[in-house]
Amino acid sequence: MNTTRDQLIGTWTLLKKELLRFWRVAFQTVAAPVISGILYLLIFSQVLGDRLEVYEGVNYLVFLIPGLIMMSLLQNSFSNSSSSLIQAKVMGNIIFLLLTPLSYLQLFFAFLIAAIIRGMFVGICIYLIAIYYVDLPVKYPWFIFMFAFCGGGLMGAFGMIAGIWAHRFDQMAVFGNFVIMPLSMLSGVFYSIHSLPEVWQNISHFNPFFYMIDGFRYGFFGQSDTSPYLSLLIVVSFFIILSFITIRMLKSGYKLRN
Amino acid sequence: MKKAIVFKNVRKNFKQLKAVDGISMSIEQGEFFGLLGPNGAGKSTLINMMAGLVRPSHGSISVMGFDVNKDYQKARHSVGIVPQELVFDPFFNVREMLRFQAGYFGKDKSNDRWVDEIIERLDLADKASTNMRMLSGGMKRRALIAQALVHRPPVIVLDEPTAGVDVELRQRLWGFIKDLNKEGHTIVLTTHYLEEAETLCNRVAMMKSGKIVALNSTKNLLKEFSSKNLKVRLQKNKIQKIATLMKGDSLELEDDWCTFKLKKISDASRIIEKLNVLKIQILDMELIESDLENIFLKLTSKD
Repeated sequence: MNTTRDQLIGTWTLLKKELLRFWRVAFQTVAAPVISGILYLLIFSQVLGDRLEVYEGVNYLVFLIPGLIMMSLLQNSFSNSSSSLIQAKVMGNIIFLLLTPLSYLQLFFAFLIAAIIRGMFVGICIYLIAIYYVDLPVKYPWFIFMFAFCGGGLMGAFGMIAGIWAHRFDQMAVFGNFVIMPLSMLSGVFYSIHSLPEVWQNISHFNPFFYMIDGFRYGFFGQSDTSPYLSLLIVVSFFIILSFITIRMLKSGYKLRN
Repeated sequence: MKKAIVFKNVRKNFKQLKAVDGISMSIEQGEFFGLLGPNGAGKSTLINMMAGLVRPSHGSISVMGFDVNKDYQKARHSVGIVPQELVFDPFFNVREMLRFQAGYFGKDKSNDRWVDEIIERLDLADKASTNMRMLSGGMKRRALIAQALVHRPPVIVLDEPTAGVDVELRQRLWGFIKDLNKEGHTIVLTTHYLEEAETLCNRVAMMKSGKIVALNSTKNLLKEFSSKNLKVRLQKNKIQKIATLMKGDSLELEDDWCTFKLKKISDASRIIEKLNVLKIQILDMELIESDLENIFLKLTSKD
């Protein structure tokens, strides 16, 4: 009864269900963010095209692609875990999970991995469409993977925190509209922070999204606004801190078992 | 033999409200146990604590010998809960939902035959590939029962399972639950349909304001609190005099009806004879025997 095998099956089942859940509404969860990303690319390529060179040998359109991929990856990782939890809480079907022997770690890993997979899937779709039109270099694939994984994980954990804390959809919208959207838009997706006035450059260094996007971009071009190792350290640290908070919330049953 | 469920001085406070106030009782394996009480009595809180959905403020609960907090994984393997609300996951069909639920308990594909058997036994076969959203209320209720059974728990808890269910389905559900009980499952039931509890349950606990006010076998409870009343309808002009004329008998008046409380059944013939002697014509008459509902009302309405 509840052997390691049982626990693996339990975690895999929840992961499978989470993946199937977003796949069933792929038009909304995959196609929509991919189309948004492509629209950004189309608009900026028409407006600015190759008239701007951001880094040496990197024109604006090429510069923009990794940022857009990462922004979509982060937003979708957050959406996956947060929407799953808030829907289950509002609909009441969260009890189907709470009645099971799944431990807080099993819940955490299943939701986390599902969030990373959805984020990466959306990111890969945008990447595949983009490279059809643009020649995008890949300098350090491991950096790309590490930032994608840790960034997706960080946002998946943050999504779980939001999903556990919120008990209404409008509370969840606060996270999306007032936290995720401004932080991602002001993170250097559309510009290098070196083009900003000094005060804004300094402020940007307090935005964790900046490090996720800058480090991810380094994997493509081998150039970045700040040290990729510092970015990795900050992203991994945030990932660990948010994971720790999420695990504590799940373990205590905060807003779930009361 | 291990007890199926043991509650030891269980309390649950929601701020100032004592939802459950020091409950201690145990339920034997194989019992069909009824948990009765008015709304807000604490029944669902007690069940939710047993299921691990709510943490007790004090005391302990064990299911099949496993503490629901310290040894929660084994305890949850031992119990299947049918919730009161018709909750469902709108993304999946019945079979998918049942297979996922079994998977959470570590059941692999070899359990699929059991899932199909439950689907058959609960008459869900035609709807097995239908999305949960598209099911009627009765079908959703059956799916919830199926969901509680997928991991073959020895203890099954049904929280108001027949609320809003039509008579035919109710009968079929009870047939199924009775079969499970005969197969050795311990059944705990909360219901507002007291005749159901009277027919089905071997033992009953009645709750009020978070406390147990009666705990006994259904048979003993009926015996202990049993009373028989003779209710007669008399002519309106006689009804006012009856209290004086029948001095010595305990009675209550309501419109043109007079209810005599009988100490023994032979009192009925004595009262009828006396009324004849007094030339008071009986227009209508009925003998009322107390059932679980009367006992329930008596116990839960007194302060």
